[in-house]
Amino acid sequence: MKKKLYLHGLIAAILMLTVSISCSDDFVNVDSFDEDSENYFNSQEDYEKALIAAYDMLQSTYINVMLGEIASDNTLAGGESATDVPGIQEIDNMQHTPVNQQLRDMWGWMYAGVNRTNYILEFKDKTDFPGKEVILAEATFLRAYYYFELVKWFGDVPLAVDKRLLFGDQDVVDRNPAAEVLDQIEADLVFASENLNYTAAETGRVTKGAALALLGKVRVYRGKYQEAAQALEEVINNGPYALFEDYSLLFENDHENTVESVFEVQYTDVEGAGFGCLQCSEGNVAVGFNGIRNYSGPLFESGFSFNVPTAEAYAAFEDGDARRDVAILDIEAWAAANEDVAYVEGYEHTGYYNRKYIARQGDLNTGDANLTNPNNYRAIRFADVLLLAAEALNSGGIDDSRALNYLNQVRVRAGLAPAAVSGSALTDAIFKERRVELMGEGHRFFDLVRTGRAASVIPGFQSGKHELFPIPSIEIELAGNRWSQNPGY
Amino acid sequence: MRNLLFLLLSSFTVMLSAQNLQLSGVVLDANTADPLPGVNVLVQGKNLGTATDFDGNFQLEGLSQGDVVLISYLGYTTYRYVVQTTEALTVRLQEDVNALEEVVVIGYGTQTKKELTGAVAVVGSETIEELNPTRIEQALQGQVAGVQITSESGSPGSASNIRIRGISTNGDNRPLILVDGNVIEDLSVVNPGDIESINVLKDATAGIYGVRAANGVILITTKTGRRNTELKFSYDGWGGLQQTSRRISVLNATEYAVLINEAFVAGGGSPQFPNLAGLGTGTNWQDEVFQNAAIQNHSFTASGGTQKSTYSFGASHLNQDGIVGGPKANFKRSTLRLNWNVEPVKGLNVVSNVLYTRTSRSTLPENSLGSVLFNALNNAPTFSIRDASGAYSLAEGLGNEVINPLAQIENTYNNTDVDRISGKIGGSLGLLEGLKLESNFQFNYSEVNGLAFFPTAFYGSGKVFNVDRNFLVDSKNIFRDYTWDTFFNYNANFGEDQVFSATLGMSAFRTSGQFSGSTGFNIPDNDYANASIENASDVIDNFINTAGKFDSRLLSYFLRLQHSIKDRYLMSLVLRRDGSTAFGPRNQFGYFPSGSVGWIISEEDFLKDSNSIDFFKFRASYGIVGNDRIAANAFRSVLSGEGAYVFNDELQFGRAVGALSNPEIQWEEQKTLDVGLDLRLWQDHISITADYFKKRTEDLLVSPPVSGILGSTAPGSGSPVVNAGTVENRGLEFAIGYQTGPEAALDFGINYNITFLKNEVISVNNGVGFIQGGSFGVGQDPPARMEDGFPLGYFYGLKTDGVFQNQAEVDAHAVQANSGPGDLRFVDQNGDNIIDSNDRTFIGSPIPDATMGLNINFGYKQWDFTAYAFASIGNEIVRNYERNQPRVNRSVYALNRWAGVGTSEVNPRLTIGATSNTLFSDYFVEDGSFVRMQNAQVGYTFSSGFNQQLGIDKFRIYLSGNNLFTLTPYRGYDPAASSGAPIGAGIDPGFYPVPRTFLLGVNLKF
Repeated sequence: MKKKLYLHGLIAAILMLTVSISCSDDFVNVDSFDEDSENYFNSQEDYEKALIAAYDMLQSTYINVMLGEIASDNTLAGGESATDVPGIQEIDNMQHTPVNQQLRDMWGWMYAGVNRTNYILEFKDKTDFPGKEVILAEATFLRAYYYFELVKWFGDVPLAVDKRLLFGDQDVVDRNPAAEVLDQIEADLVFASENLNYTAAETGRVTKGAALALLGKVRVYRGKYQEAAQALEEVINNGPYALFEDYSLLFENDHENTVESVFEVQYTDVEGAGFGCLQCSEGNVAVGFNGIRNYSGPLFESGFSFNVPTAEAYAAFEDGDARRDVAILDIEAWAAANEDVAYVEGYEHTGYYNRKYIARQGDLNTGDANLTNPNNYRAIRFADVLLLAAEALNSGGIDDSRALNYLNQVRVRAGLAPAAVSGSALTDAIFKERRVELMGEGHRFFDLVRTGRAASVIPGFQSGKHELFPIPSIEIELAGNRWSQNPGY
Repeated sequence: MRNLLFLLLSSFTVMLSAQNLQLSGVVLDANTADPLPGVNVLVQGKNLGTATDFDGNFQLEGLSQGDVVLISYLGYTTYRYVVQTTEALTVRLQEDVNALEEVVVIGYGTQTKKELTGAVAVVGSETIEELNPTRIEQALQGQVAGVQITSESGSPGSASNIRIRGISTNGDNRPLILVDGNVIEDLSVVNPGDIESINVLKDATAGIYGVRAANGVILITTKTGRRNTELKFSYDGWGGLQQTSRRISVLNATEYAVLINEAFVAGGGSPQFPNLAGLGTGTNWQDEVFQNAAIQNHSFTASGGTQKSTYSFGASHLNQDGIVGGPKANFKRSTLRLNWNVEPVKGLNVVSNVLYTRTSRSTLPENSLGSVLFNALNNAPTFSIRDASGAYSLAEGLGNEVINPLAQIENTYNNTDVDRISGKIGGSLGLLEGLKLESNFQFNYSEVNGLAFFPTAFYGSGKVFNVDRNFLVDSKNIFRDYTWDTFFNYNANFGEDQVFSATLGMSAFRTSGQFSGSTGFNIPDNDYANASIENASDVIDNFINTAGKFDSRLLSYFLRLQHSIKDRYLMSLVLRRDGSTAFGPRNQFGYFPSGSVGWIISEEDFLKDSNSIDFFKFRASYGIVGNDRIAANAFRSVLSGEGAYVFNDELQFGRAVGALSNPEIQWEEQKTLDVGLDLRLWQDHISITADYFKKRTEDLLVSPPVSGILGSTAPGSGSPVVNAGTVENRGLEFAIGYQTGPEAALDFGINYNITFLKNEVISVNNGVGFIQGGSFGVGQDPPARMEDGFPLGYFYGLKTDGVFQNQAEVDAHAVQANSGPGDLRFVDQNGDNIIDSNDRTFIGSPIPDATMGLNINFGYKQWDFTAYAFASIGNEIVRNYERNQPRVNRSVYALNRWAGVGTSEVNPRLTIGATSNTLFSDYFVEDGSFVRMQNAQVGYTFSSGFNQQLGIDKFRIYLSGNNLFTLTPYRGYDPAASSGAPIGAGIDPGFYPVPRTFLLGVNLKF
């Protein structure tokens, strides 16, 4: 009898326990340990953290910088062989097609940046706190920065304002006309410039100067010279910037964020990186790619010999131009002048390297050391601002003397005699100066395109086609095969 | 027709009669030769019988000629003897392995093999004992039709992939594996010697596991004791030597120098080795990295039982060094197991077990660009091992990835330790006549600790493996799970001929865990002894972007109805309802029905008395099963992405969205059909099982690339999981076995199985119609695809059409960049007169057309011999272990390169100039078919007289060779290896070959 009671008790216990779990389907309703993105933005810290992530995508613009140079007449693709990163080789030869992994990377990374900024802006009204307008202004600048890259490379692109593009949207959004996107970029930059100061709380953050400088640049691209000059001269006259005295030090790791830096993409070598996720690197991937192939010797470190300057680019510098040997390394001369220099000639070896952005000794070399070079990308230098201002004043027929003054500031710093020209001669002088001053910094291709000079200097460049790059065909397909391809592709 | 058959069959029956014959004999265990007491000896159809005495002896009188004597013992195959004359027999009863009355675990219950209506395969403990596997998967290789095992590597402790009836998804293809009802997915923690049986549910029978059943289910049962047996001990030990099963023939130093000179001259360069004299054969790097390595395994078991309980205890230790790297590629495993089952009260059975495992594994870089073997193949033979100063030589000039493999081994410190405890407690209780309540609670807890140290090292200028700043990566992951099953089993007989049974129950499963880890730099003295996070500087938390925790659950209810009529018409219906945390509120719950029928034709009157057909069953099953193996939180958007940026020269961490979410996702749905038959002929000497199956998997859970505008390529983000695609697997399985009866002096058995499989992707609905994957060379497009109308993971590249012999041929062909005489001629598939990426097409498939296995065993007196072989036919492998670099070494086939008109129609010229010969084409695709001699073993069992002197029951020694040889046209290391990735399988970056092993072993029972 006792036994039976015991058994019944056991059965009851099992059944009760079972029922207590099983009667409730709630058992399978589990919260995520990671925060839900739709229940975020509840504090200032939430906004700040989302903003850090929005900045993160700037680091992936290394590919824009590399390809902007390689597509131009400044450099060749290089690398190990003709098939080393085919996407880069094809762009160098103006043989790129809609099947190009590097263009697809760029497309995806820039839109990742857009989406991260729009994430903040979508929830901009959720929680209030003092200083929120600065965070929103920084986010707005970043959206403009990413969109400007997209428009430069691809022309018409889907525009999203203050809302993310979510899964499903790819089947309904269309390509917006570039002009519409550029209008939004200008509006964003005006907003940013009005809500930011010339100095930021932390080095590396967007400032009023950065917003105005980019605004001026966008307007120069659009031929809106009057308004461009206005923004750019605001930076020149009221910003805290100046040309850094010694050009030869300007691109060294020890001289990041100088007085000449209007906006700089920040990199570091403290975290490792791998080829599986180049956009995850906190370092400047381009620096390793540009580096001297299998180099051993003083000062520099090894790399993958991409983005090698041509002899013509080397010759573009006037005699006595202090910038030539800063921008371009003559590896043979270097090997002759230094002991124990060894290197291997890569594909399309020209004897020259893109010295501003090749790997140097002295960093932590966190593995993969080729991908973690800490050298910041000087995205907008004051010299660039001066030359853009000069261009706007000259091309817009506003004031050639101010234009000449700005041009000569740049020339004199380079150890050259001031120019004394005006009108179209001044226009030519400004363009020539832009090339040598900004050699290796990724601006050349778009400077040639917007001034209509690309076809005359880039071998294989077809007018009416190569001004824009093709939208990767797979991206057209993944968006429901509704978009038309850019002309000529 | 029926009458004719009956007549035919009955004519075999001899109708003679004589009275009062005697039969006496002794009954022994066929394996151990132990006498078996208490064995039933019964005369069929007569009220006559006896049982064996303590020494296994029996005697029967009053028999007639033609009487059928059945000698049966629980757990052994019944022996059937037709009386002819008075005589004395020695009967060796086989342990019941393939017999029809064998109990097969089918999930929340058991069935006899006879009653099964599904496709269920069983591998018993004797197969495991014969194969001496280090992992259980190896015991399934070639043993079970429809089950394909590929090893990811031959290195100690490496994983194997189990694929049941093909691959059906681009996602997770792993079957559900339950050990005594406990989810154990990592089989490296289980000692194969502890396994009693492995049951593979291949068809809709697995439907009782609902949303987890789509890839098949493997049910493993561990050893328990037997009631009313005294305490018995057994020791099984083996040890031996492993060596590489293959070396790839590469050029020696002189041949290398000649060809390098040729390539440089052809490319417009100058000869690199102007003086060939004195180069000799140089260094053979493979000889330097391959070594003979030791392996040993000890396994101890104690088991027994009282009237009310059984117990079994096991302990084991395995220690295996690598054939590359020796102790640097080592695997150790120690296990302790205790099973205890008791019936404290009549009707209440309590089962319990606990398993503790500790494994420790060290690994070298393997199966990738830059692995040790990759470097051994590509490093130049002209380099000495060490330079003049005694340091390892630098592999200068060989590109950025190829380094000195010996230096690499020396600098590799990569170790993972696993501590794991698993257990089960449960019981069953008879409630009413035929009604039983059973409840089992199973759990696992494991800690996985990893430490990898990367010392500062320099392998040559520009090498990607150079480490300028030493660092270590330390990780600690904790996993816990439990499964709690509670169910009722009901059995009832209705009338004379109807047996009904039902199972109704529920199961709750929860798995949770925590990942943590950090990276630290600047270990003092660059010394592994100091490698700890405490000694490191600049420590980074590797889980700063996410909580690193998970909690996944499954709540299930299931019902199974089984009905058999007249012992010959069988049917089974299963319905399961699953709720899974993998899916969002919209699709959290699913219903999975399946059903099966069986017809035991041999029970029908017209076959019942057949002497030739002992058993004949027809089966058919159909069901819908699911697959929920996707990452957690796929249906909702969480902030697990990576967003880090530098302010004030300091890296700061933000919050970003992880993988994109898709609230609509639901389980994969697989419709699976099986039609089969089981046949046993001529006193069970021959057994045949044949099955046709068709599995159609719809709503595949995949993460194909999505539009870049959604931001999925941001750090830490990813594509959403979507239901996109349909895959179909159709196949035929056939297994046939022959086994002599226990009375034969020469015991002989042979088993053969073959599986034909056709895999076809029916649709991929991701906008582009295909998903690509895998990698070939450096910087080339992914070479494998999943695409409508092709096998999953087929190779997609250029087709070659010989080699251009002269400029005229080049000119006559479509425009092919960088090509001249001696280069590969590619087929212009689209006819646009330009060879480019649009000319890529199907050039091979990693999925074999057929796989098969064969095993043979002999026993003669005290000697036994077994051999196992398996084969794979019709699969292709991509040769991807050659670095495309001017100065790397090459395989000897380079000696047959094109070097002038008519010299080669296959191999292109050698040049360092620009060439398209390195583009992915069928030149790199080889036939991967193979036949492998998996195991051959000869054993000797000492006589019982000898044993008695030592006080032991059984003493057997054996010599065994594993992986003795492989016949294959494939030129790489191991055609049986594969990454296991659905897209990207069969691409060989220099697989670490499964070693050839020679073992000496001993089995002791006392």
